[in-house]
Amino acid sequence: MRRTVRLGWLFFRIGSMNELQYRANFLIQLLQSAVAVGTALVVLALVYSHTEELNGWSQPELLVVMGIQILLGGVIRTTIQPNMQRLMEEVRDGKLDFALTKPEDSQVLVSIREVRIWQVVDVASGAAVLAYGVSGLERGVSISDALLFLAMLGVGAITIYCFWLIVATLAFWVVDTWSIMELLDGVYQTGRWPVSIYPLWLRLGVTFIVPIAFAITVPAEALTSRLEWGTIALAVGFSATLFVVTRYWWRFGLRRYSGASA
Amino acid sequence: MNAEAGRVRSLLDYYVTRGRTQIQAQFQYRAATYFWLIGMLAEPIVYLVVWTTIAEQQGGSVQGITTGEFAAYYIVWTLVRNMNIVFTPYGWEWRIREGQLSAALLRPLHPLHEDLAGFAGWKVVTILLWLPIAALLWLAFDPVLDPTLLEVGVFSLAIWGAYLIRTMFLSSLGMITFWTTRVSAIFELAIALELLLSGRLVPLPLMPGWAQEVANVLPFKWSFYFPIDALVGDLSRGELLGGLAMQLLWIVVLTGLTMVVWRFAVRRYSAVGN
Repeated sequence: MRRTVRLGWLFFRIGSMNELQYRANFLIQLLQSAVAVGTALVVLALVYSHTEELNGWSQPELLVVMGIQILLGGVIRTTIQPNMQRLMEEVRDGKLDFALTKPEDSQVLVSIREVRIWQVVDVASGAAVLAYGVSGLERGVSISDALLFLAMLGVGAITIYCFWLIVATLAFWVVDTWSIMELLDGVYQTGRWPVSIYPLWLRLGVTFIVPIAFAITVPAEALTSRLEWGTIALAVGFSATLFVVTRYWWRFGLRRYSGASA
Repeated sequence: MNAEAGRVRSLLDYYVTRGRTQIQAQFQYRAATYFWLIGMLAEPIVYLVVWTTIAEQQGGSVQGITTGEFAAYYIVWTLVRNMNIVFTPYGWEWRIREGQLSAALLRPLHPLHEDLAGFAGWKVVTILLWLPIAALLWLAFDPVLDPTLLEVGVFSLAIWGAYLIRTMFLSSLGMITFWTTRVSAIFELAIALELLLSGRLVPLPLMPGWAQEVANVLPFKWSFYFPIDALVGDLSRGELLGGLAMQLLWIVVLTGLTMVVWRFAVRRYSAVGN
Protein backbone atom coordinates (compact mmCIF):
# COMPACT_ATOMS: atom_id res chain seq x y z
CA MET A 1 0.00 0.00 0.00
CA ARG A 2 2.76 2.43 0.99
CA ARG A 3 4.59 1.47 -2.15
CA THR A 4 1.52 2.30 -4.22
CA VAL A 5 1.16 5.69 -2.60
CA ARG A 6 4.85 6.43 -3.18
CA LEU A 7 4.57 5.38 -6.79
CA GLY A 8 1.46 7.50 -7.26
CA TRP A 9 3.22 10.50 -5.77
CA LEU A 10 6.18 9.96 -8.07
CA PHE A 11 4.02 9.86 -11.18
CA PHE A 12 2.13 12.88 -9.93
CA ARG A 13 5.37 14.84 -9.55
CA ILE A 14 6.69 13.88 -12.95
CA GLY A 15 3.38 14.63 -14.63
CA SER A 16 3.03 17.98 -12.89
CA MET A 17 6.56 19.05 -13.69
CA ASN A 18 5.96 18.18 -17.30
CA GLU A 19 2.76 20.20 -17.47
CA LEU A 20 4.09 23.14 -15.49
CA GLN A 21 6.35 23.93 -18.42
CA TYR A 22 3.31 25.08 -20.34
CA ARG A 23 2.14 28.07 -18.34
CA ALA A 24 -0.05 29.46 -21.10
CA ASN A 25 -2.26 26.39 -20.74
CA PHE A 26 -3.05 27.53 -17.23
CA LEU A 27 -4.52 30.80 -18.49
CA ILE A 28 -6.54 29.02 -21.14
CA GLN A 29 -7.79 26.55 -18.57
CA LEU A 30 -8.68 29.43 -16.29
CA LEU A 31 -10.67 31.11 -19.02
CA GLN A 32 -12.43 27.90 -20.03
CA SER A 33 -13.33 27.21 -16.44
CA ALA A 34 -14.62 30.75 -15.92
CA VAL A 35 -16.77 30.53 -19.04
CA ALA A 36 -18.16 27.15 -18.00
CA VAL A 37 -18.97 28.31 -14.48
CA GLY A 38 -20.39 31.57 -15.81
CA THR A 39 -22.81 29.88 -18.19
CA ALA A 40 -23.81 27.40 -15.50
CA LEU A 41 -24.64 30.27 -13.14
CA VAL A 42 -26.64 32.02 -15.86
CA VAL A 43 -28.71 28.87 -16.44
CA LEU A 44 -29.36 28.63 -12.74
CA ALA A 45 -30.35 32.29 -12.53
CA LEU A 46 -32.70 31.79 -15.47
CA VAL A 47 -34.30 28.75 -13.91
CA TYR A 48 -34.84 30.50 -10.58
CA SER A 49 -36.17 33.63 -12.22
CA HIS A 50 -39.15 31.50 -13.23
CA THR A 51 -39.56 29.44 -10.09
CA GLU A 52 -38.81 29.39 -6.36
CA GLU A 53 -37.67 25.81 -6.16
CA LEU A 54 -36.99 22.94 -8.49
CA ASN A 55 -38.58 19.75 -7.25
CA GLY A 56 -37.91 20.78 -3.65
CA TRP A 57 -34.37 22.05 -4.29
CA SER A 58 -33.68 25.72 -3.61
CA GLN A 59 -31.16 27.77 -5.56
CA PRO A 60 -28.31 27.47 -2.99
CA GLU A 61 -28.94 23.73 -2.83
CA LEU A 62 -28.64 23.45 -6.59
CA LEU A 63 -25.43 25.49 -6.44
CA VAL A 64 -24.14 22.77 -4.13
CA VAL A 65 -25.02 20.10 -6.70
CA MET A 66 -23.43 22.12 -9.47
CA GLY A 67 -20.28 22.77 -7.44
CA ILE A 68 -19.86 19.07 -6.76
CA GLN A 69 -20.39 18.25 -10.43
CA ILE A 70 -17.75 20.74 -11.57
CA LEU A 71 -15.34 19.69 -8.83
CA LEU A 72 -15.67 16.01 -9.58
CA GLY A 73 -15.44 16.74 -13.29
CA GLY A 74 -12.10 18.39 -12.54
CA VAL A 75 -10.95 15.31 -10.63
CA ILE A 76 -11.98 13.10 -13.54
CA ARG A 77 -10.12 15.19 -16.09
CA THR A 78 -7.04 15.60 -13.89
CA THR A 79 -6.45 11.93 -13.23
CA ILE A 80 -9.06 9.40 -14.30
CA GLN A 81 -9.74 10.37 -17.89
CA PRO A 82 -6.13 10.91 -19.06
CA ASN A 83 -5.10 7.57 -17.60
CA MET A 84 -7.99 5.73 -19.19
CA GLN A 85 -7.42 7.44 -22.50
CA ARG A 86 -3.79 6.43 -22.48
CA LEU A 87 -4.78 2.89 -21.57
CA MET A 88 -7.14 2.65 -24.51
CA GLU A 89 -4.59 4.09 -26.90
CA GLU A 90 -1.92 1.71 -25.68
CA VAL A 91 -4.18 -1.30 -26.05
CA ARG A 92 -4.85 -0.29 -29.62
CA ASP A 93 -1.20 0.38 -30.42
CA GLY A 94 0.08 -2.65 -28.57
CA LYS A 95 2.16 -0.53 -26.24
CA LEU A 96 0.55 -1.81 -23.09
CA ASP A 97 3.33 -4.42 -22.98
CA PHE A 98 5.59 -1.83 -21.41
CA ALA A 99 3.21 -1.36 -18.50
CA LEU A 100 2.53 -5.06 -18.07
CA THR A 101 6.15 -6.05 -17.84
CA LYS A 102 6.84 -3.69 -14.96
CA PRO A 103 7.07 -5.28 -11.50
CA GLU A 104 3.94 -3.57 -10.19
CA ASP A 105 0.25 -4.38 -10.16
CA SER A 106 -0.96 -3.60 -13.68
CA GLN A 107 -4.30 -2.10 -12.64
CA VAL A 108 -2.61 0.26 -10.21
CA LEU A 109 -0.03 1.23 -12.78
CA VAL A 110 -2.45 2.05 -15.59
CA SER A 111 -4.51 4.12 -13.18
CA ILE A 112 -1.81 6.48 -11.93
CA ARG A 113 0.51 7.18 -14.82
CA GLU A 114 -1.01 10.41 -16.15
CA VAL A 115 -1.89 13.69 -14.52
CA ARG A 116 -3.22 16.86 -16.13
CA ILE A 117 -2.37 19.31 -13.45
CA TRP A 118 -4.00 22.39 -15.00
CA GLN A 119 -7.39 20.75 -14.83
CA VAL A 120 -7.14 21.32 -11.10
CA VAL A 121 -8.56 24.76 -11.94
CA ASP A 122 -11.92 23.05 -12.35
CA VAL A 123 -11.57 21.46 -8.93
CA ALA A 124 -10.96 24.91 -7.48
CA SER A 125 -13.80 26.61 -9.33
CA GLY A 126 -16.13 23.73 -8.40
CA ALA A 127 -15.12 24.16 -4.78
CA ALA A 128 -15.80 27.89 -5.03
CA VAL A 129 -19.30 27.32 -6.43
CA LEU A 130 -19.85 24.72 -3.73
CA ALA A 131 -18.74 27.12 -0.99
CA TYR A 132 -20.95 29.85 -2.40
CA GLY A 133 -23.89 27.46 -2.39
CA VAL A 134 -23.19 26.28 1.14
CA SER A 135 -23.00 29.87 2.40
CA GLY A 136 -26.51 30.43 1.06
CA LEU A 137 -28.03 27.38 2.72
CA GLU A 138 -30.64 28.44 5.26
CA ARG A 139 -30.06 25.52 7.57
CA GLY A 140 -26.30 25.67 7.58
CA VAL A 141 -24.10 22.60 7.59
CA SER A 142 -23.32 20.60 10.72
CA ILE A 143 -19.93 18.97 11.27
CA SER A 144 -21.42 15.52 10.86
CA ASP A 145 -23.04 16.54 7.55
CA ALA A 146 -19.71 17.87 6.33
CA LEU A 147 -17.87 14.69 7.29
CA LEU A 148 -20.54 12.57 5.72
CA PHE A 149 -20.25 14.69 2.58
CA LEU A 150 -16.50 14.15 2.35
CA ALA A 151 -16.93 10.43 2.87
CA MET A 152 -19.64 10.18 0.22
CA LEU A 153 -17.57 12.25 -2.19
CA GLY A 154 -14.72 9.77 -1.73
CA VAL A 155 -17.08 6.86 -2.29
CA GLY A 156 -18.43 8.62 -5.36
CA ALA A 157 -14.96 9.21 -6.79
CA ILE A 158 -14.12 5.52 -6.36
CA THR A 159 -17.37 4.55 -8.07
CA ILE A 160 -16.62 6.84 -10.99
CA TYR A 161 -13.06 5.49 -11.28
CA CYS A 162 -14.33 1.90 -11.36
CA PHE A 163 -16.89 2.77 -13.97
CA TRP A 164 -14.31 4.44 -16.19
CA LEU A 165 -11.92 1.54 -15.88
CA ILE A 166 -14.68 -0.90 -16.83
CA VAL A 167 -15.46 1.16 -19.91
CA ALA A 168 -11.80 1.66 -20.80
CA THR A 169 -11.22 -2.07 -20.48
CA LEU A 170 -13.71 -2.56 -23.29
CA ALA A 171 -10.79 -1.49 -25.47
CA PHE A 172 -9.58 -5.08 -25.28
CA TRP A 173 -12.60 -6.05 -27.38
CA VAL A 174 -13.64 -2.91 -29.25
CA VAL A 175 -11.24 -0.76 -31.19
CA ASP A 176 -13.20 2.47 -31.46
CA THR A 177 -13.55 3.64 -27.88
CA TRP A 178 -13.28 7.32 -28.71
CA SER A 179 -16.99 7.65 -29.34
CA ILE A 180 -17.72 5.94 -26.01
CA MET A 181 -15.71 8.70 -24.37
CA GLU A 182 -17.80 11.32 -26.13
CA LEU A 183 -20.93 9.57 -24.94
CA LEU A 184 -19.76 9.55 -21.33
CA ASP A 185 -18.82 13.19 -21.51
CA GLY A 186 -22.34 14.03 -22.60
CA VAL A 187 -23.99 11.85 -20.00
CA TYR A 188 -21.89 13.38 -17.23
CA GLN A 189 -23.71 16.66 -17.85
CA THR A 190 -26.87 15.14 -16.38
CA GLY A 191 -25.14 15.26 -12.99
CA ARG A 192 -25.56 19.00 -12.86
CA TRP A 193 -29.11 18.55 -11.61
CA PRO A 194 -30.41 16.35 -8.81
CA VAL A 195 -31.32 13.00 -10.36
CA SER A 196 -34.72 13.08 -8.68
CA ILE A 197 -36.03 15.43 -11.37
CA TYR A 198 -35.45 12.91 -14.16
CA PRO A 199 -38.06 10.46 -15.42
CA LEU A 200 -37.68 6.96 -13.96
CA TRP A 201 -35.85 5.35 -16.90
CA LEU A 202 -33.26 8.09 -16.95
CA ARG A 203 -32.90 8.11 -13.18
CA LEU A 204 -32.21 4.37 -13.15
CA GLY A 205 -29.78 4.86 -16.03
CA VAL A 206 -27.72 7.55 -14.34
CA THR A 207 -27.79 5.66 -11.06
CA PHE A 208 -26.88 2.11 -11.97
CA ILE A 209 -25.61 2.13 -15.56
CA VAL A 210 -23.61 5.35 -15.35
CA PRO A 211 -23.25 5.93 -11.60
CA ILE A 212 -23.57 9.70 -11.65
CA ALA A 213 -26.22 9.77 -8.96
CA PHE A 214 -23.92 8.05 -6.46
CA ALA A 215 -21.06 10.36 -7.32
CA ILE A 216 -22.82 13.72 -7.30
CA THR A 217 -26.37 13.67 -5.98
CA VAL A 218 -25.58 11.55 -2.92
CA PRO A 219 -22.79 13.85 -1.62
CA ALA A 220 -25.07 16.82 -2.32
CA GLU A 221 -27.81 15.16 -0.29
CA ALA A 222 -25.34 14.78 2.55
CA LEU A 223 -24.60 18.51 2.57
CA THR A 224 -28.24 19.49 2.37
CA SER A 225 -29.18 17.10 5.19
CA ARG A 226 -31.51 14.97 3.17
CA LEU A 227 -29.42 11.84 3.04
CA GLU A 228 -31.04 8.69 4.43
CA TRP A 229 -29.20 5.72 5.91
CA GLY A 230 -30.65 3.48 3.23
CA THR A 231 -29.04 5.60 0.51
CA ILE A 232 -25.70 5.59 2.30
CA ALA A 233 -25.78 1.80 2.59
CA LEU A 234 -26.75 1.48 -1.06
CA ALA A 235 -24.01 3.85 -2.24
CA VAL A 236 -21.30 2.20 -0.16
CA GLY A 237 -22.50 -1.28 -1.08
CA PHE A 238 -22.66 -0.43 -4.76
CA SER A 239 -19.23 1.14 -4.71
CA ALA A 240 -17.64 -1.81 -2.91
CA THR A 241 -19.26 -4.32 -5.26
CA LEU A 242 -18.22 -2.33 -8.28
CA PHE A 243 -14.65 -2.16 -6.97
CA VAL A 244 -14.44 -5.95 -6.70
CA VAL A 245 -16.14 -6.45 -10.07
CA THR A 246 -13.73 -3.98 -11.67
CA ARG A 247 -10.78 -5.94 -10.34
CA TYR A 248 -12.07 -9.16 -11.89
CA TRP A 249 -13.13 -7.42 -15.07
CA TRP A 250 -9.67 -5.93 -15.52
CA ARG A 251 -7.99 -9.35 -15.15
CA PHE A 252 -10.56 -10.88 -17.47
CA GLY A 253 -9.95 -8.22 -20.10
CA LEU A 254 -6.21 -8.50 -19.73
CA ARG A 255 -6.38 -12.13 -20.80
CA ARG A 256 -7.72 -10.92 -24.14
CA TYR A 257 -4.73 -8.70 -24.67
CA SER A 258 -2.32 -10.26 -27.09
CA GLY A 259 0.04 -7.35 -27.48
CA ALA A 260 1.61 -6.36 -30.70
CA SER A 261 5.00 -7.01 -32.14
CA ALA A 262 7.26 -5.08 -29.83
CA MET B 1 -20.97 34.19 -70.21
CA ASN B 2 -20.38 30.68 -71.39
CA ALA B 3 -17.22 30.40 -69.36
CA GLU B 4 -19.12 31.59 -66.30
CA ALA B 5 -21.79 28.94 -66.83
CA GLY B 6 -19.10 26.31 -67.15
CA ARG B 7 -17.50 27.43 -63.92
CA VAL B 8 -20.78 27.19 -62.05
CA ARG B 9 -21.45 23.77 -63.52
CA SER B 10 -18.05 22.41 -62.54
CA LEU B 11 -18.45 23.84 -59.04
CA LEU B 12 -21.85 22.20 -58.76
CA ASP B 13 -20.30 18.98 -59.96
CA TYR B 14 -17.64 19.28 -57.27
CA TYR B 15 -20.27 19.77 -54.56
CA VAL B 16 -22.28 16.76 -55.66
CA THR B 17 -19.24 14.51 -55.87
CA ARG B 18 -17.67 15.65 -52.62
CA GLY B 19 -21.02 15.46 -50.84
CA ARG B 20 -21.68 11.98 -52.15
CA THR B 21 -18.24 10.67 -51.19
CA GLN B 22 -18.73 12.07 -47.70
CA ILE B 23 -22.12 10.37 -47.42
CA GLN B 24 -20.55 7.05 -48.34
CA ALA B 25 -17.57 7.58 -46.07
CA GLN B 26 -19.60 8.63 -43.05
CA PHE B 27 -22.18 5.93 -43.55
CA GLN B 28 -19.48 3.37 -42.82
CA TYR B 29 -19.17 4.74 -39.30
CA ARG B 30 -22.82 4.36 -38.37
CA ALA B 31 -22.09 2.98 -34.90
CA ALA B 32 -19.66 5.78 -34.05
CA THR B 33 -22.13 8.37 -35.29
CA TYR B 34 -24.83 6.83 -33.12
CA PHE B 35 -22.73 6.90 -29.98
CA TRP B 36 -22.00 10.47 -30.73
CA LEU B 37 -25.64 11.39 -31.41
CA ILE B 38 -26.72 9.73 -28.18
CA GLY B 39 -24.00 11.52 -26.20
CA MET B 40 -25.33 14.78 -27.55
CA LEU B 41 -28.83 13.97 -26.37
CA ALA B 42 -27.94 14.49 -22.72
CA GLU B 43 -27.86 18.26 -23.10
CA PRO B 44 -31.37 18.82 -24.53
CA ILE B 45 -32.91 16.12 -22.36
CA VAL B 46 -31.55 17.77 -19.23
CA TYR B 47 -32.91 21.18 -20.27
CA LEU B 48 -36.20 19.62 -21.28
CA VAL B 49 -36.61 17.86 -17.95
CA VAL B 50 -35.70 20.97 -15.98
CA TRP B 51 -38.21 23.19 -17.79
CA THR B 52 -40.89 20.52 -17.81
CA THR B 53 -40.48 20.22 -14.04
CA ILE B 54 -40.90 23.97 -13.63
CA ALA B 55 -43.88 24.08 -15.98
CA GLU B 56 -45.58 21.30 -14.06
CA GLN B 57 -44.98 23.08 -10.76
CA GLN B 58 -46.69 26.14 -12.19
CA GLY B 59 -49.74 24.43 -13.55
CA GLY B 60 -48.53 23.37 -16.97
CA SER B 61 -46.62 26.23 -18.55
CA VAL B 62 -43.80 28.75 -18.20
CA GLN B 63 -44.36 32.11 -19.91
CA GLY B 64 -47.05 30.50 -22.01
CA ILE B 65 -44.87 27.60 -23.15
CA THR B 66 -46.52 24.31 -22.25
CA THR B 67 -44.77 21.05 -21.39
CA GLY B 68 -45.70 19.61 -24.77
CA GLU B 69 -44.23 22.63 -26.51
CA PHE B 70 -41.03 22.34 -24.49
CA ALA B 71 -40.79 18.72 -25.58
CA ALA B 72 -41.28 19.69 -29.23
CA TYR B 73 -38.73 22.49 -28.89
CA TYR B 74 -35.98 20.30 -27.52
CA ILE B 75 -36.65 17.39 -29.87
CA VAL B 76 -36.36 19.66 -32.92
CA TRP B 77 -33.39 21.20 -31.09
CA THR B 78 -31.46 17.94 -31.52
CA LEU B 79 -31.67 18.16 -35.30
CA VAL B 80 -30.88 21.86 -35.47
CA ARG B 81 -27.93 21.33 -33.14
CA ASN B 82 -26.58 18.76 -35.57
CA MET B 83 -27.01 21.13 -38.48
CA ASN B 84 -24.95 23.61 -36.48
CA ILE B 85 -21.94 21.33 -36.30
CA VAL B 86 -19.42 22.50 -38.86
CA PHE B 87 -15.70 22.83 -39.40
CA THR B 88 -14.47 24.56 -36.22
CA PRO B 89 -11.71 27.10 -35.60
CA TYR B 90 -9.82 24.21 -33.98
CA GLY B 91 -9.91 22.61 -37.40
CA TRP B 92 -8.40 25.76 -38.90
CA GLU B 93 -5.81 25.80 -36.16
CA TRP B 94 -4.84 22.23 -37.02
CA ARG B 95 -4.88 22.98 -40.72
CA ILE B 96 -2.43 25.83 -40.33
CA ARG B 97 -0.21 24.44 -37.61
CA GLU B 98 0.28 21.16 -39.45
CA GLY B 99 0.70 22.79 -42.82
CA GLN B 100 -2.36 20.98 -44.20
CA LEU B 101 -3.46 24.15 -45.87
CA SER B 102 -0.59 23.96 -48.35
CA ALA B 103 -2.22 21.13 -50.26
CA ALA B 104 -5.60 22.84 -50.17
CA LEU B 105 -4.12 26.04 -51.58
CA LEU B 106 -2.73 24.20 -54.58
CA ARG B 107 -6.21 23.23 -55.70
CA PRO B 108 -8.06 25.55 -58.04
CA LEU B 109 -10.86 25.89 -55.49
CA HIS B 110 -11.25 27.88 -52.31
CA PRO B 111 -10.80 25.53 -49.32
CA LEU B 112 -14.18 26.66 -48.00
CA HIS B 113 -15.88 24.72 -50.77
CA GLU B 114 -14.35 21.54 -49.48
CA ASP B 115 -15.68 22.17 -45.97
CA LEU B 116 -19.10 23.22 -47.17
CA ALA B 117 -19.62 20.28 -49.47
CA GLY B 118 -18.07 17.71 -47.15
CA PHE B 119 -20.03 18.67 -44.06
CA ALA B 120 -23.21 18.97 -46.09
CA GLY B 121 -22.79 15.35 -47.17
CA TRP B 122 -22.24 14.33 -43.58
CA LYS B 123 -25.42 16.20 -42.59
CA VAL B 124 -27.46 14.00 -44.89
CA VAL B 125 -26.20 10.93 -43.00
CA THR B 126 -26.84 12.61 -39.65
CA ILE B 127 -30.41 13.51 -40.58
CA LEU B 128 -31.12 9.92 -41.63
CA LEU B 129 -29.63 8.46 -38.47
CA TRP B 130 -31.40 11.08 -36.36
CA LEU B 131 -34.90 10.04 -37.48
CA PRO B 132 -35.14 6.89 -35.29
CA ILE B 133 -33.77 8.83 -32.32
CA ALA B 134 -36.41 11.50 -32.84
CA ALA B 135 -39.07 8.79 -32.93
CA LEU B 136 -37.90 7.44 -29.57
CA LEU B 137 -37.80 10.91 -28.03
CA TRP B 138 -41.28 11.46 -29.38
CA LEU B 139 -42.55 8.41 -27.52
CA ALA B 140 -40.69 9.31 -24.34
CA PHE B 141 -41.66 12.97 -24.05
CA ASP B 142 -44.99 13.39 -25.79
CA PRO B 143 -44.47 16.64 -27.69
CA VAL B 144 -47.13 18.92 -29.16
CA LEU B 145 -46.22 19.60 -32.77
CA ASP B 146 -48.69 20.61 -35.40
CA PRO B 147 -46.93 22.47 -38.19
CA THR B 148 -48.53 23.77 -41.36
CA LEU B 149 -47.14 22.85 -44.74
CA LEU B 150 -45.54 26.28 -45.05
CA GLU B 151 -43.84 25.87 -41.67
CA VAL B 152 -42.42 22.52 -42.71
CA GLY B 153 -41.16 24.08 -45.92
CA VAL B 154 -39.55 27.05 -44.18
CA PHE B 155 -38.03 24.74 -41.59
CA SER B 156 -36.45 22.50 -44.24
CA LEU B 157 -34.87 25.56 -45.82
CA ALA B 158 -33.96 27.22 -42.54
CA ILE B 159 -31.91 24.27 -41.23
CA TRP B 160 -29.65 24.63 -44.26
CA GLY B 161 -29.58 28.40 -43.78
CA ALA B 162 -28.50 27.71 -40.22
CA TYR B 163 -25.79 25.40 -41.53
CA LEU B 164 -24.43 28.15 -43.79
CA ILE B 165 -24.55 30.85 -41.12
CA ARG B 166 -22.71 28.66 -38.64
CA THR B 167 -20.12 27.59 -41.21
CA MET B 168 -19.39 31.18 -42.17
CA PHE B 169 -19.36 32.38 -38.58
CA LEU B 170 -16.89 29.73 -37.48
CA SER B 171 -14.80 30.14 -40.63
CA SER B 172 -14.36 33.84 -39.99
CA LEU B 173 -13.35 32.99 -36.42
CA GLY B 174 -11.05 30.33 -37.80
CA MET B 175 -9.24 32.93 -39.89
CA ILE B 176 -7.79 34.26 -36.63
CA THR B 177 -5.52 31.22 -36.61
CA PHE B 178 -3.52 32.81 -39.40
CA TRP B 179 -2.30 35.35 -36.86
CA THR B 180 -2.20 33.21 -33.74
CA THR B 181 -2.12 29.44 -33.53
CA ARG B 182 -3.92 29.56 -30.21
CA VAL B 183 -7.52 30.14 -31.05
CA SER B 184 -9.22 28.47 -28.11
CA ALA B 185 -9.61 31.53 -25.87
CA ILE B 186 -11.55 33.62 -28.38
CA PHE B 187 -13.43 30.59 -29.59
CA GLU B 188 -14.59 29.61 -26.11
CA LEU B 189 -15.88 33.10 -25.42
CA ALA B 190 -17.74 33.26 -28.72
CA ILE B 191 -19.29 29.87 -28.09
CA ALA B 192 -20.42 30.90 -24.61
CA LEU B 193 -22.07 33.99 -26.04
CA GLU B 194 -23.69 31.89 -28.72
CA LEU B 195 -24.88 29.34 -26.17
CA LEU B 196 -26.76 32.01 -24.25
CA LEU B 197 -28.15 34.03 -27.14
CA SER B 198 -28.96 31.39 -29.76
CA GLY B 199 -31.77 29.57 -27.99
CA ARG B 200 -29.62 26.51 -27.40
CA LEU B 201 -29.86 26.90 -23.65
CA VAL B 202 -33.49 27.93 -23.35
CA PRO B 203 -36.19 29.09 -25.76
CA LEU B 204 -35.42 32.79 -26.18
CA PRO B 205 -38.75 34.06 -24.75
CA LEU B 206 -37.55 32.79 -21.37
CA MET B 207 -34.59 35.17 -21.44
CA PRO B 208 -34.91 38.66 -19.95
CA GLY B 209 -36.12 41.31 -22.40
CA TRP B 210 -32.78 43.06 -22.89
CA ALA B 211 -31.07 39.77 -23.72
CA GLN B 212 -33.68 39.14 -26.39
CA GLU B 213 -32.96 42.57 -27.83
CA VAL B 214 -29.28 41.74 -28.03
CA ALA B 215 -30.05 38.38 -29.61
CA ASN B 216 -32.04 40.11 -32.33
CA VAL B 217 -29.00 41.91 -33.69
CA LEU B 218 -26.63 38.94 -33.56
CA PRO B 219 -26.48 36.03 -36.02
CA PHE B 220 -26.80 33.27 -33.41
CA LYS B 221 -30.57 33.37 -33.09
CA TRP B 222 -31.00 32.88 -36.82
CA SER B 223 -28.92 29.74 -36.91
CA PHE B 224 -30.63 28.14 -33.94
CA TYR B 225 -33.80 29.59 -32.48
CA PHE B 226 -35.41 30.61 -35.73
CA PRO B 227 -35.41 27.18 -37.45
CA ILE B 228 -36.86 25.57 -34.32
CA ASP B 229 -39.42 28.31 -33.85
CA ALA B 230 -40.43 28.06 -37.50
CA LEU B 231 -41.52 24.47 -36.97
CA VAL B 232 -42.59 24.46 -33.33
CA GLY B 233 -43.87 27.97 -32.83
CA ASP B 234 -46.76 29.83 -34.35
CA LEU B 235 -45.14 32.35 -36.67
CA SER B 236 -47.11 34.28 -39.25
CA ARG B 237 -46.31 33.96 -42.94
CA GLY B 238 -44.53 37.32 -42.82
CA GLU B 239 -42.41 36.29 -39.85
CA LEU B 240 -41.48 33.01 -41.50
CA LEU B 241 -40.37 34.62 -44.75
CA GLY B 242 -38.77 37.53 -42.89
CA GLY B 243 -36.75 35.02 -40.90
CA LEU B 244 -35.46 33.40 -44.06
CA ALA B 245 -34.51 36.85 -45.33
CA MET B 246 -32.60 37.52 -42.11
CA GLN B 247 -30.79 34.24 -42.55
CA LEU B 248 -29.86 35.24 -46.08
CA LEU B 249 -28.62 38.59 -44.84
CA TRP B 250 -26.36 36.98 -42.26
CA ILE B 251 -25.07 34.45 -44.76
CA VAL B 252 -24.06 37.28 -47.07
CA VAL B 253 -22.53 39.39 -44.30
CA LEU B 254 -20.54 36.55 -42.77
CA THR B 255 -19.42 35.17 -46.12
CA GLY B 256 -18.26 38.66 -47.06
CA LEU B 257 -16.39 38.97 -43.78
CA THR B 258 -14.74 35.59 -44.28
CA MET B 259 -13.68 36.46 -47.81
CA VAL B 260 -12.23 39.83 -46.83
CA VAL B 261 -10.27 38.43 -43.90
CA TRP B 262 -9.16 35.50 -46.06
CA ARG B 263 -7.49 37.88 -48.50
CA PHE B 264 -5.29 39.33 -45.80
CA ALA B 265 -4.93 36.07 -43.96
CA VAL B 266 -3.68 33.92 -46.76
CA ARG B 267 -0.80 36.31 -47.41
CA ARG B 268 0.40 35.63 -43.89
CA TYR B 269 0.42 31.91 -44.37
CA SER B 270 3.80 30.30 -44.60
CA ALA B 271 3.78 26.58 -45.10
CA VAL B 272 5.03 24.34 -42.36
CA GLY B 273 6.23 20.79 -42.84
CA ASN B 274 6.16 19.07 -46.18
